[in-house]
Amino acid sequence: MAQARLREGEEIDGFLIGAPLHVGGMAALWEVTHPDHELPMVMKVPRIAEGEDPAAIVSFEMEQMILPRLAGPHVPRFVASGGFDRQPYLVMERIPGKSLVSLLDALPLPVERVAELGARVAEALDALHRQHVVHLDVKPSNILLRAGGEAVLVDFGLSHHRQLPDLMEEEFRLPYGTAPYMAPEQIMGIRCEPRSDIFALGAMLYFFTTGERPFGDPQRLSGLKRRLWRDPVPPRKLRPDCPDWLQELVLRCLEVPPERRHPTASQLAFELRHPDQVPLTARARKLAQDGWAAATRRRFHPDHKPRFDRVPSVGEEAAIAPIVAVAVDLPAEDPALHAALRETVGHILATLPGARLACVNVLRQNRIALDTTLDEQGRNKHLQRLVELRHWAAPLALPEGRITFHVLEATSPAAAILEHARVNGIDHIVMGARAGSLRRRMLGSVSGEVAAEAPCSVTVVRARGGGGAEALPAEASAG
Amino acid sequence: MRIAVLSDIHANAEAFEACLADAARRGARRHVLLGDLVGYGADPHRVLDRAQALAAEGAVIVKGNHDEAAVLDRGGMTADAAAAAAWTREVLDAAQKEFLASLPMEVEEEDRLYVHADAAEPTRWHYLRDAEDARRSLDAVPSRVMLCGHVHVPALYGLTAAAKLVAFKPVPGVGVPLTRPRRWVGVLGAVGQPRDGNPAACYAMLDEAANELTLHRVPYDIESAAAKIRAAGLPERLAARLFRGQ
Repeated sequence: MAQARLREGEEIDGFLIGAPLHVGGMAALWEVTHPDHELPMVMKVPRIAEGEDPAAIVSFEMEQMILPRLAGPHVPRFVASGGFDRQPYLVMERIPGKSLVSLLDALPLPVERVAELGARVAEALDALHRQHVVHLDVKPSNILLRAGGEAVLVDFGLSHHRQLPDLMEEEFRLPYGTAPYMAPEQIMGIRCEPRSDIFALGAMLYFFTTGERPFGDPQRLSGLKRRLWRDPVPPRKLRPDCPDWLQELVLRCLEVPPERRHPTASQLAFELRHPDQVPLTARARKLAQDGWAAATRRRFHPDHKPRFDRVPSVGEEAAIAPIVAVAVDLPAEDPALHAALRETVGHILATLPGARLACVNVLRQNRIALDTTLDEQGRNKHLQRLVELRHWAAPLALPEGRITFHVLEATSPAAAILEHARVNGIDHIVMGARAGSLRRRMLGSVSGEVAAEAPCSVTVVRARGGGGAEALPAEASAG
Repeated sequence: MRIAVLSDIHANAEAFEACLADAARRGARRHVLLGDLVGYGADPHRVLDRAQALAAEGAVIVKGNHDEAAVLDRGGMTADAAAAAAWTREVLDAAQKEFLASLPMEVEEEDRLYVHADAAEPTRWHYLRDAEDARRSLDAVPSRVMLCGHVHVPALYGLTAAAKLVAFKPVPGVGVPLTRPRRWVGVLGAVGQPRDGNPAACYAMLDEAANELTLHRVPYDIESAAAKIRAAGLPERLAARLFRGQ
């Protein structure tokens, strides 16, 4: 496996080597150009000289397997990869701009910035998890921001793909990851848990909020394992102006058992985008760590030691813990439709215990009166709609934390519902089809437009016998 | 080039045809049959006709233990398998037996080895049931990639330079890169008698350009295949297990 080091000006398979960009523990990055590819690119080359970490080559092999299978704005675009005949390499899109490491000098960050960054990263993780990959090395240096604001995850050398052989798992007994951010189950050798990434993001958000790492930067396995029994100092203790909702979210991400964290990154992103809707628990107000008695029990008592199950590679989390949005027309024009809508939503939620419901109402704005909506009357209207939404949802008897309420002010209901679905990563929209009124004939069908344009499934509900002679079927799903 | 690799067809013409049609749709240019063309199932004539036609087009075919037993009774089989082998010996003509007898035990092609069972001792028909078995086989051959069948349950094993093995259950439809310099053992599922709880026929596609192996599951007309087994008077269990994939 002896190889010459790359040099600037050399050419490999048509890629012209440019300036060296970075030399890390496991690989080096070089700027490259190619006459057939216009986008800015980097070439990643593993460190496989003798005496170097054998994990470097396996990790490179994993990245060569995983990166070509990923798509979307939250990962660098794969360009090419080369074999082991001469020089193993991986060429990908170069993401301009700096990694989140550049923020570390300015910690602690303003609360709004923490929430915005957190939501962006959670969205990227959700996109990754939906492509069957757990990143397992989420940290500031592995996250970049595109000009449009989307977070981009890089370095899949420690990642796990649920549908591919995991070479890292079989190869090494010690956990690989980055000490300050590694989830407890990852420390114990479990590599297939997507919520490990949620833990790492939580550790990052804690760091951004307080300027301190929740578990320090331990260098030994015993130090790493400490987080299995010792809980972090609550952020509010370090930063008194940390809002209760942010502490709630951060500490939930840092829960030791994965099942106590958010079920999906998408649900975490949703809460970071709607601080007023975060259900607060005892975590939110904590000002001190758990007492030594509790910590000692967790450390030594066989019944209180955390245990981790290897997650069976069954269905995807998003499929069992989706965000369902229901668009409710208010005030109720058609009580039968209101009831049918609630019944349908009830059926969907009954089969998906991890699902959460976002109740949405569009408060139509007059184009001309747009600037005067913030007056007293407008606020009252908004509040009244919220009250009515809660009233509509009350029979569903959902606990706080599974349901949120949103009044959107917009001129076009369909556009508002679609935008809400896009921004919040909604998995399924449920809405009623308005009866054949004059208004609908004049304006077209809102549900029709949403079903045609939505980024997710749409169920259109109609009350039996209540719709009159309409062309649309009583219930339709669109992928 | 894409190569369709099919193992353990077991005289199940319905499953065989369904897999060949699926492979053709996916752009297969060549075929490799990893043995056990006959035995258990009740339509050996159609399967052998098709296999001989493929061989004329350049398909690689290796011999399985049931192909051997269809020519000469060497004992050592379970009661159901022995009954099916005896029946097969009766219905095959001399030319068909000669074709089966002429099949090679293993074939090497580029950095790949095709064999029905354990490559360490191909004529002993050992099963590759776990990473240790796969390791023994791989140690005995120089090829980088070894493809076999015989077990009727698909699995993939990867071996590193550090001599550690990765066992993996392939996900249907998802290509697994057979990365270099790692060495790999692919144990294919069965076309004609799956035993991993999924009754759909199983075969694999090898994409040489992408250096990927993809497992595919193909639904087929089990009713007809089972009806032929019953009509031939073969043990009922051989018909029933097709529906359960066990």
